[in-house]
Amino acid sequence: MTLISLTITDLLIAAVLVLLVALLSWRLYLGSAKQLLIAATRSAIQLMLLGYVLHLLFESNSLPFIAALSLFMLSVAGYEVMARQKQRFRGPWGYGIGAVSMFISSFSIMLLTLLVIIQPDPWYKPQYAIPLLGMLLGNTMTGIAVGLDNLTRNAWELRNQIEARLILGQRWSEAIADIRKEALRSGLIPIINSMAAAGVVSLPGMMTGQILAGSPPYEAAKYQLLIMYLITAGTGFGSLAAVWLGSRHLFDDRHRLRLERLKKR
Amino acid sequence: MPSLKLEAITTSHLDPVDLLISEGETVVLHGQSGSGKSLLLRAIADLDDHAGDARLDETSCSSMPAPEWRRQVGYLTAETHWWATLVGEHFHAINSELVTRLGLPAEVFEWEVSRLSTGEKQRLGIARLLDNQPDALLLDEPTANLDTEHTNRAEAVIKAYQAEHRCPVLWVSHSPEQRRRVADRIFRIEERRLVQEPE
Repeated sequence: MTLISLTITDLLIAAVLVLLVALLSWRLYLGSAKQLLIAATRSAIQLMLLGYVLHLLFESNSLPFIAALSLFMLSVAGYEVMARQKQRFRGPWGYGIGAVSMFISSFSIMLLTLLVIIQPDPWYKPQYAIPLLGMLLGNTMTGIAVGLDNLTRNAWELRNQIEARLILGQRWSEAIADIRKEALRSGLIPIINSMAAAGVVSLPGMMTGQILAGSPPYEAAKYQLLIMYLITAGTGFGSLAAVWLGSRHLFDDRHRLRLERLKKR
Repeated sequence: MPSLKLEAITTSHLDPVDLLISEGETVVLHGQSGSGKSLLLRAIADLDDHAGDARLDETSCSSMPAPEWRRQVGYLTAETHWWATLVGEHFHAINSELVTRLGLPAEVFEWEVSRLSTGEKQRLGIARLLDNQPDALLLDEPTANLDTEHTNRAEAVIKAYQAEHRCPVLWVSHSPEQRRRVADRIFRIEERRLVQEPE
């Protein structure tokens, strides 16, 4: 099986469908036509640009270039995590908790995968490194954002309960234990659900892509399983780190609840 | 037996407070709403950033881990808060005799917190505080939501605990009758200062 290359006309047919939805929505006064068109245009520009950058990257095979792109992806993901918080930490922590957690989880797992599991030559071969990191960051980002948002929102809402526990002499980690557990659970639920549904309810995106590109389905399934486990580990380590760092920063060394370290949006 | 000493404890509402509450002594504090009574108790319990220090006998708050300090200097907030489903989950020991003296049935430990009335929560708050066996008590209007009978019961329980453990008590009360009943000394907050009232 070989890859069937898509022509501009093929893409235009798909684009016309989106245009039709927008038109229908506009005619029926349902709103969202504008957002739909903007998002569709944005995705076209972003993906074409990404295709172009990846093309350059694959040609150059240069480690500094790959490292720079990876750091750029990480910094955008860090910003996304922060932007999704209803109550975020003030100052550098607001950005730092998400970015640091993603760095330690996604980067270390990417390195492990490249150096030990897949072992491409050279180990930083962008064809493997960049898609891998993209998938890890995308999923880890969601887990961390959901976990942190859950943590800060519940800490705010249940502050009286947390203080009641501190007043009775509990340590900060005991006083926030239930909230922390719930935050971690909420961060991990999406990936647990997607593992449970994989292959039965949904055909995962990467496997679909590989099959469309001509890989044997069995090979595509193995890659998908690998990626899924890596994503789970990345999300798990990332959420653990973010929820731990976040909950620690809600208290000072005298085990006082410091909600003024959060700012409401 | 311990005494509780406040050394230049300063909050956003109060100038530095120096006060020695001897073992077994009850100092009652009153003042207008918002004058800073609760903030003073919070500072002594080391729940907010503050200047100054507090000492239990010779041991200062800043020299010991905060959780340990808070177990020794028991603080009862005006409104009690509960985190678990059942009452009993908030206690180390099931002391049926204590809750009976507060006018609650011995089965109260199996009750769900969500079904408790404000008055029941307040009385259970006292029981939960004493369950920690503190060496000093900071009480923020411990009987504000109670009728006369239960106020008397609560006062009797607190006084009995104090007599047994000889602990110093700092008690915030809005009721002049209660102040006369329980206080050894009475202070009111006036213009950011503690002013002692004549006996």
